[in-house]
Amino acid sequence: MKQFSNIYVLMFSSIMVIIVATLLSFVSMKLKPRQIKNEEIEQMKNILASVNIECDTKDAEEKFNMYINESYVINIHGDTLEDIEVFSVNMKKELAKIQKINALKDKLVEKKKSPLSKFMSGIFNFRETDKSATESEILKIEKIRQLPVYICKKGERNYFIFSLRGKGLWGPIWGYLSLEGDFNTVYGTYFGHETETPGLGAVISTAKFQSQFQGKKLFTNLKFVSVNVVKGGTEPGDLHGVDAISGSTVTSAGVEKMLYDCLYGYIEFINKQSVDYE
Amino acid sequence: MNNREPLFSSKNIKLLKGPLNTNNPITVQVLGICSALAITVNLKPSFVMAIAVIFVLAASNVVISVFRNYIPPRIRIIVQLTVIAAMVILVDLILKAYAYDISKQLSVFVGLIITNCIIMGRLEAFAMANKPWQAFLDGIGNAAGYGIILIIVAFFRELLGSGTLWDYPVFEKIGIYNIGYTDNGLMILPPMALITVGIIIWVQRSKYRDLIEKN
Repeated sequence: MKQFSNIYVLMFSSIMVIIVATLLSFVSMKLKPRQIKNEEIEQMKNILASVNIECDTKDAEEKFNMYINESYVINIHGDTLEDIEVFSVNMKKELAKIQKINALKDKLVEKKKSPLSKFMSGIFNFRETDKSATESEILKIEKIRQLPVYICKKGERNYFIFSLRGKGLWGPIWGYLSLEGDFNTVYGTYFGHETETPGLGAVISTAKFQSQFQGKKLFTNLKFVSVNVVKGGTEPGDLHGVDAISGSTVTSAGVEKMLYDCLYGYIEFINKQSVDYE
Repeated sequence: MNNREPLFSSKNIKLLKGPLNTNNPITVQVLGICSALAITVNLKPSFVMAIAVIFVLAASNVVISVFRNYIPPRIRIIVQLTVIAAMVILVDLILKAYAYDISKQLSVFVGLIITNCIIMGRLEAFAMANKPWQAFLDGIGNAAGYGIILIIVAFFRELLGSGTLWDYPVFEKIGIYNIGYTDNGLMILPPMALITVGIIIWVQRSKYRDLIEKN
């Protein structure tokens, strides 16, 4: 076997790395605009799918401009945020905010229950200040939430589309949910995923799973219940449940949690809108 | 060596055909099983995966073979890995730009081609010691042998597990559901891929007795 000096080995590996890196970054830069365009078209397709409009990659943009005649970003109190572009909302960051709020809320509940913390706070007497600090932090995060709303005009009717994002088994899942004009009945849904198992968790992005949501209600007696994904199947006539996917417990639970957490942010917007509507 | 071998000599043809049958990377060498289990639920992703592996293996085989005399043996594994990784990222980028829907379906498995032991195995065992043209044929042959098994497994898993072929509802059109047939959910789960591969191995070895291990 030929012997190579250390200098040669170092030179060889450096040159190889430089060549490979240059090649890959060049290709990546060349293809970037196409990929971003693909992602935007994908988003439009997903939004249209949630209002039961079928389209393919070619006519997605055209149909999007035709049907979606208004879109804006709101805050958690249902007020419109001016000068924020609706496509620029980073749902990843929104999910992080939701998770932070949930963690803080859990902390509040735990404080009440745990005997140890009761004992500790009895001694040090900082329970009250701690609690209000947590509450004010929740408010602080809630204040910077951004929630996209798309309004679709189909025929004579308006449908309201909300963005969803959550966690599946292997990676992120996301989706859109559209409500009918009564702000209670689900008109359609779309779910997407990055890396759920094909044939199992990936079933959430099939029409068979998504069509179950149509006609379900979000509220009972003006109280927010969301739509649950029920393991083992739902009772017939259940207005708040759909069948889970057998073999993918975590993804099904992820969809349920995503629906609850994300739609929770829209409650005040929905309340305001339905007052206007009446 | 002045007398040059013809491009498709019987030796070269053997490089191409061997892996399809009696030297199959999955059923005989039992390599690359992991990805064969993961993506064979549906035919379409299996097919695209086969194409991607053919490209990656042929290209990196040729690259490694061209540079085989300049690659320092001490770092050869790292060099091979770099070449494979670069090819896989290229495939991933191209799929994302020109076949977005399919790339979405394959998701993480394109990236996982890097860890496919067949590719590393062929680079180390063949490309490091042979000329580019032979390495190219060997790459095509082995990747195609891998792809064929993938497609056979995916055919049975999709048909029996979901009742469809290439997303076309075969069983529904035949009307087999009306007489009480239901899809076998077990076929969708990874263990059934292993069992299907096992059955293929069984069939193949009962046909070619030489392949049966001696002890």
